[in-house]
Amino acid sequence: MLLSELRRGDKALIDSFTDYEASLKLLEMGCIPGEEIEVVRVAPLGDPIAILVSGYLLSMRRDEAAVVVVIKVIR
Amino acid sequence: MVDWEKGNVQPFKKKFCDDSLAENNLKKNLRIALVGNPNSGKSTVFNALTGLNQKIANFPGVTVDKKTGTGTLIDNDGKKNEAEFIDLPGIYSLYPKSPDEEIPFRILCDPNNELHPDIVILIADGTNLKRNLFLCSQVIDLKIPVVLVINMMDMMRYKGIAVDYEAISQKLGVPVVPMNARKGEGLAELKNALTQALSVSEKEFLDIRTFAPEVVDGIISTVNVSSNYDAFLVANNLHIITNFEIQQHKKDKIKELCVQHHFDAQKMQARESLERYKKISELMSESVSQVSALRKSYTHAIDNVLTHRVFGYLIFLVILFLIFQSIFAFAAYPMNLIDSGFAWLSSQVKDALPAGLLNDLIVNGILAGLNGIVVFIPQIALLFFFIAILEDTGYMARASFIMDKLMRRFGLNGKSVIPLMSGVACAVPAIMSTRTIQNWKERIITILVTPLMSCSARLPVYTLLISLIIPNKYVYGINEQGLVLMFMYLIGFAAAIGSAWVLKKIIRMKERSYFMMELPLYRVPRWSTIGLHIIEKVKVFLFDAGKVIISISIILWVMSSFAPGDRFKMIEEKYHQPQFATMSQQDIAKEIKSEKLQSSYAGIMGRVIEPVIKPLGFDWKIGIALVTSFAAREVFVGTMSTIYSVGDQGATKLTVREKMQNEINQDTGAPRYTFAVGLSLMLFYAFAMQCMSTVAVVFRETKHIRWPLIQFLYMFALAYVSSLVAYQLLKP
Repeated sequence: MLLSELRRGDKALIDSFTDYEASLKLLEMGCIPGEEIEVVRVAPLGDPIAILVSGYLLSMRRDEAAVVVVIKVIR
Repeated sequence: MVDWEKGNVQPFKKKFCDDSLAENNLKKNLRIALVGNPNSGKSTVFNALTGLNQKIANFPGVTVDKKTGTGTLIDNDGKKNEAEFIDLPGIYSLYPKSPDEEIPFRILCDPNNELHPDIVILIADGTNLKRNLFLCSQVIDLKIPVVLVINMMDMMRYKGIAVDYEAISQKLGVPVVPMNARKGEGLAELKNALTQALSVSEKEFLDIRTFAPEVVDGIISTVNVSSNYDAFLVANNLHIITNFEIQQHKKDKIKELCVQHHFDAQKMQARESLERYKKISELMSESVSQVSALRKSYTHAIDNVLTHRVFGYLIFLVILFLIFQSIFAFAAYPMNLIDSGFAWLSSQVKDALPAGLLNDLIVNGILAGLNGIVVFIPQIALLFFFIAILEDTGYMARASFIMDKLMRRFGLNGKSVIPLMSGVACAVPAIMSTRTIQNWKERIITILVTPLMSCSARLPVYTLLISLIIPNKYVYGINEQGLVLMFMYLIGFAAAIGSAWVLKKIIRMKERSYFMMELPLYRVPRWSTIGLHIIEKVKVFLFDAGKVIISISIILWVMSSFAPGDRFKMIEEKYHQPQFATMSQQDIAKEIKSEKLQSSYAGIMGRVIEPVIKPLGFDWKIGIALVTSFAAREVFVGTMSTIYSVGDQGATKLTVREKMQNEINQDTGAPRYTFAVGLSLMLFYAFAMQCMSTVAVVFRETKHIRWPLIQFLYMFALAYVSSLVAYQLLKP
């Protein structure tokens, strides 16, 4: 599934990206395939979202999150 | 062997060379650049190293300021060394994604750049080492001597992060200094590390040559670069490298080389990022440990409230209200003080100097212009006091987080709310505050529409005109005049939002822009940083925008103080004739002033533009006011009272409002200021860009004449069309 489809509190592993150019920025910010992320916060209007990645809070718009393919971690 | 382009030094120097730095070159001072991620505490370290010895200048063509400063380093033998520090814009990598991010790239990667540093201080946020070491490892691979500062020790302790600094230092091959820059801890150690003879690490962090050996070798033999990685970056960023930096034929050669060896820049960059992070993870697993489990942090708890669906917006509203109140209400006292101070100074100068042109130039040209500049300082200082607190505590990122979706529909950013609201007080500080918006397109749109918000300078114009055309009556207990005033504020807001929406559709940006940003940990604000920030903003306004404002002020003075031929002389002679003998000296002076204004170049311009503004219901007298109030909208009232003091004969002591009310339209025989004319005029003042200070500050903030020009034209078109429609529909 896509990062943009996760709900608040969901944890997932980053798998791959659907857009090459956007992935370059995400990689720089520490969103590396294999990395575990958690959706910590969703803005009151549903967008943007904030994820915990590499030990920090990264906020991004949903359309930016929509290029990240993730594997949801089921607890 | 450290130049990108040795044969082409001259033009390059001309373009980027800064005088003060050229001087320092002669003295052979160390040049030290501060590089780091946004929010890493880079500016705090810079402030600690330089104190008040800071200078702000321009980088050509971008919106970030060049901050340089000097500091003294004392080495182990007690020898003092002056060093020149430069604070580079925060970046996440050496792959620039906006014109602002290109600055550090050019300076660090082009060894021939005028500002290329001898040493880099890489500031890393210790609570977030992984992402910060990514940039660090890239800079190390440029083979520039690096001192790594691991900042925010206090927060690391709080989060339970333990770091083996020695191990990191060995792995990276650079000295590591742990710091808590806010408290000044580690500053002495950093200064000491800087005085050591610094050499570059022998081994590369990432062996980049293996990625594309032919391309890397080919670039090294074509241009002079500092390292294999530098050559790799040249291949990757060739599209943004100027011909000053690398000559066209050499760029062509590199391009050919890349094609020949199937060098795919995006793939190469992705691969580099992955391998770099892989190596960093290995390094971190050996040297960094999280001893205590991450406790539910206070940041998380605060965020639960500040980004709450109800409290989040309520608190944001309260903060906006507080900011709005202070720049609207509290700033009024120092502003009045400044105005009366200048009034006193003007009268002193006027009496001290012999009457004449010079006296008039100083009083009505220069002092009036200076007054117009200085009077903005209280508002700028107050607004930036609040903005610096919001930024420094980490709240600004949250405001953006909760407002973003709403504002994005109109091409704006969550952070656009603060400039827009401040625009109700004054567009000048508001536009300066758009710096916090990283997304370039959203920043430009915010700058372009902010002056449509009804600023306080429109208030006197509205008040005068409303009192002319709207009866002071109550309807259902509501004052009609107050209602119309509110309508003018709402229409300004609607115009701003609407224009933003249209601009969003029109403006195309070359670069792809991102919203992605860190939500930093909440921190207590640092008063010294806030103080420095306010001083910086005031200085930039005074010296950069101030130049433009005073020039326009003098031009306007010339236009209203000179007339073609001997018109002024004839006016003076006219009033020496016997029929004026019964008038008092004061009244004669008033009449002369008014007639002079009407026959001056400004007056002529008023008449020249009359055919253009007639469809809006304006006559040439209003035309003169339009010309003079280009300086500032509130000048309208003053100009009107000067124009209407003619024909007074001293007999009637009417206010400007009463005189305007009595004015008769020569064509219709009805009163001049009908409802249609009044409304048309108000709409014109609501939309037209009649504020030279705003024009100057937009130029300063966008660093390109294109934007103030576009802004002036679109606002003028909006003003003209809406006035035209209003007058033509409403005229009797």
